[in-house]
Amino acid sequence: MSADLMFDLTVFVLSLLVGFEVISKVPATLHTPLMSGANSIHGIVLVGAMLIAGTAHGPAGYLLAFVAMAFATANVVGGYVVTDRMLGMFRARTPQPRQRSEDPA
Amino acid sequence: MSAFDTATRLVYLAAAAGFVLGLHLMNSPATARRGNQLSAAAMAVAVLVTGAVLIHDDSITAVGVVVLLAGAAFGGAVGLYAARGVAMTAMPQLVSLFNAVGGAAAALLAVNDLTDGTSAGTSVAVTAALDILIGTVTFTGSLIAAGKLQGWIPSQPLVFPGARALTGVLAAGFLGGGCWLVAAPGDRVALVLLVLCGLGFGVTMVLPIGGADMPVVISLLNAFTGTAVAMAGFVLANPVLIIAGALVGASGTILTKLMADAMNRSIPSIIVGGFGTGDAP
Repeated sequence: MSADLMFDLTVFVLSLLVGFEVISKVPATLHTPLMSGANSIHGIVLVGAMLIAGTAHGPAGYLLAFVAMAFATANVVGGYVVTDRMLGMFRARTPQPRQRSEDPA
Repeated sequence: MSAFDTATRLVYLAAAAGFVLGLHLMNSPATARRGNQLSAAAMAVAVLVTGAVLIHDDSITAVGVVVLLAGAAFGGAVGLYAARGVAMTAMPQLVSLFNAVGGAAAALLAVNDLTDGTSAGTSVAVTAALDILIGTVTFTGSLIAAGKLQGWIPSQPLVFPGARALTGVLAAGFLGGGCWLVAAPGDRVALVLLVLCGLGFGVTMVLPIGGADMPVVISLLNAFTGTAVAMAGFVLANPVLIIAGALVGASGTILTKLMADAMNRSIPSIIVGGFGTGDAP
């Protein structure tokens, strides 16, 4: 086992532990936005797609790179926009009860 | 390590920290939107610095630049159009579709690595085989899950005679294909066997699950994609892919458990499927 692989494995295991800890008691209303947010984070595969486009040569390589780029970019762009839209609904709703309670006072 | 190398590594590290903090902020409704924006900013930084790496390396061909930009423009336009135009009620299936393409992209990275002519070492072949397997399973699995939620596929649990046996055969197929691929990286027959069995397994895994359980299944497949991306990080030796992928893989698993608990269901009973909870008559 090479030193590089050992280092990568260390990073992987520690990141797994961080991932287990970073989600704690999430209210049920946030489950879907959180899933969508995590979905956009794994769009980091776009970085990998860019790197293989950088080394691509020959028609097969270019085709793979194109499909990987298109898929990964759709994941990133769509993922963040749709998560933001979901969370935008939350923001719009929370101030309303406050205003109502202030009105009669 | 050159100064440029150091700088890019540090920026990747900052991006990875941004993902962790962004995900953490999404735990509470008050900070959730800020968390998503932080994570999006980290993503933008990671993509920009990768662009800088490509320019600095100067090994990308002119066709490669066109392929990169065309792919990004096409995927970005489709993603943006779908995300902006989707009805609020159709969001879970759209997330599932984005998850499907993310998993497929991760699998393609490993396919590219195994077929580009350079001989891969054993440890790379192991992670590449895992990447292809998990990526292909999430691709078709997420497509089926989205189809069930959208109503294109009947949302009742679909169990046909011999389905369990077929699942077993596909599992044996990808185990065999995976081991073969590790023994002989670059073998096209083993690669095709692994890809086809992975794609088939994704279908037979999700079809017997009822539509009401789909959100939990999508969350589970989301965690799968995270793991596939981490495996792609091993293949490409890129720490930011490993960190972000493992982060999503682990937090997605916890989230799947939370969602199943909230619905009074256990994950094993959902995966076994066949439980009549379809929402269609």
